Amino acid sequence: MKKTGIALSIICATALQGIVLAQPSGKEILDRIDRNMSSETRYFKSTMIIHGARYSRTIESQSWAEGDQKAYTEYLSPAREAGTKMLKLEDQLWIYSPGTDRTIQISGHMLRQSVMGSDLSYEDMMDDPNLAGKYDAVVTGSESIGDRDTWIVEMHARVEDVAYQTRKLWVDKSRYVPLREELYARSGTLLKKTELSEIRQIENRWYPGRIVFKDMLKKGEGTEFIIEEIQFNVDIPEHLLTKAGLR
Amino acid sequence: MIAFKLAYRNLMGAGLRTFLIVFILSVSYVLIIFMNGLYQGWNHHARADMIDWEVGQGQFWQEQYDPYDPFTYADAHAPVPPEIKTAAEQGRVAPILLSQATIYPEGRIQSIKLKGIAVQQDVLSVPTDKLVAEDHIIPALAGTRMAKSARLEEGDYLLVRWRDVNGTFDAAEVKITGIFSSPVPAVDAGQIWIPLDQMQEMLQMPGEATLIVSGKGVELPGKIPGWEFRDHDFLFAELEAMIKTKSTGGSILYLILLALALLAVFDTQVLSIFRRQREIGTYISMGMTRRQVVGLFTVEGTMHAILALALAAVYGIPLLLWFAKTGLGMPEGTDSFGLASAERILPYYSAAVITGTILLIMITTTIVSYMPARKISKMNPTEAIRGKIQ
Repeated sequence: MKKTGIALSIICATALQGIVLAQPSGKEILDRIDRNMSSETRYFKSTMIIHGARYSRTIESQSWAEGDQKAYTEYLSPAREAGTKMLKLEDQLWIYSPGTDRTIQISGHMLRQSVMGSDLSYEDMMDDPNLAGKYDAVVTGSESIGDRDTWIVEMHARVEDVAYQTRKLWVDKSRYVPLREELYARSGTLLKKTELSEIRQIENRWYPGRIVFKDMLKKGEGTEFIIEEIQFNVDIPEHLLTKAGLR
Repeated sequence: MIAFKLAYRNLMGAGLRTFLIVFILSVSYVLIIFMNGLYQGWNHHARADMIDWEVGQGQFWQEQYDPYDPFTYADAHAPVPPEIKTAAEQGRVAPILLSQATIYPEGRIQSIKLKGIAVQQDVLSVPTDKLVAEDHIIPALAGTRMAKSARLEEGDYLLVRWRDVNGTFDAAEVKITGIFSSPVPAVDAGQIWIPLDQMQEMLQMPGEATLIVSGKGVELPGKIPGWEFRDHDFLFAELEAMIKTKSTGGSILYLILLALALLAVFDTQVLSIFRRQREIGTYISMGMTRRQVVGLFTVEGTMHAILALALAAVYGIPLLLWFAKTGLGMPEGTDSFGLASAERILPYYSAAVITGTILLIMITTTIVSYMPARKISKMNPTEAIRGKIQ
């Protein structure tokens, strides 16, 4: 009886040790996501479907990005938006409108406005993706989303100048790609929710093919972002990521 | 005196023609006084309303605050200066904290200005006594314009999202505890008022304000470092400019009417001098100097304006007094330009407007009467008596 008890204790201790070892820290998870998803440069063609209260709109665009500080997007359709270009250079954002042949900088309160009527604001696009530098990440549990097991990573801001006090990430345990993200206000109110799905392997990374953004305070079905085509580490013409490239 | 008697007789002799000219001139008198009185009344009311609802007896602005540049709102805040802190605690000055926010009425998204104001203030007519907190819910006030655009009713709960001093999002529900009607759109459209202390807590700006509105009888320090005082001249500049523009536009109507009346006087004078050459020749041959005859005809023309003044007094005084009592209803949407406007404007007829109008019509009538009469000074009296056209 005594031997059985000791054996059970050893088995339990070993199993627990295994679990503890298998569970990476919040920071490790964020680093793994970064390694999986970021690249030096990338090109992607996408379709954004904005579900309004009465009707939906579809906007096609193509984008080039260098790291997370420089990005250039050109809208392809519908005809009304075609030719509109957007350039992000670090913390500045410009939009070129072909109708007026003018380039304007989006700043101040304009950053709070929605991008093309979607659930995304310009400041969401400007949000610094360097989460590890601003948040303390803690794994608080695990949960299944569809047939995938995920870690729940809760992030609390450790600096003051962040847009969201708390973030929650559901990260695929084996692919290290987030499947869901929730953004909370200081008061704990859920403000925004992002669902990532249709995860596919591109080269040696796992990447979502469909992202749904939802402003939780607003009525509507949210905004779907479908990545039609994506290429990593592509050559980007030098002029494209400059203001001159907008015209 | 002879000139006046003669002029009066001649005008009365002309009958209907004189009456028509006098009538048109009298309408000019009444219309000019009414229009100017209306704009003065509007200005008078708008200033009084703005003092009651928006500007008080002047305002201190945090040095970075620019009401026309929302980019400045995030940084335009500072602790209420110690020089006026006591007055603020007594409600004699009203510190206001301003921030941009987003509301979600019925799930729609709408950008607003969130304004924090002390509940116990006595400076502005905003009914802050209705900002009564219950069960940790933030009480809020909305004007009728705001309530209409966001479809709000008293007792409604509204979700508000804002960013604090560090730019971090926060959100909470507020309860509309009062809807007020104000003639000043600047305190109503696109904004919601909440208690100052709660807003300071929400924005993590304890004891801070964006602007401070002064009440009556408050002794203000001349200069406060970091704050700029805006007096009435500065705060009303936009209103005055707008009313001046509207007044200039409105003056076109009565200037056309006045021009028509003056043209009629001018024509009458030309015709008189042409038809009454023998009379002119007789006056000169009887010993009147040419200057006296010119004066006689000028007085005759000017007398139109004097008779018109009498006629205008007969029907104009009761009419203008009636308008001054009942006012004139302003069309809906007048305040959509952001200009303060009551539902009814009571005209205000100042002595300056009345005197100025009388002088304007008298002088212009005298000038147009004199211009044709100058021809008399070149007339040959002998040929004038013979009736020869000169």
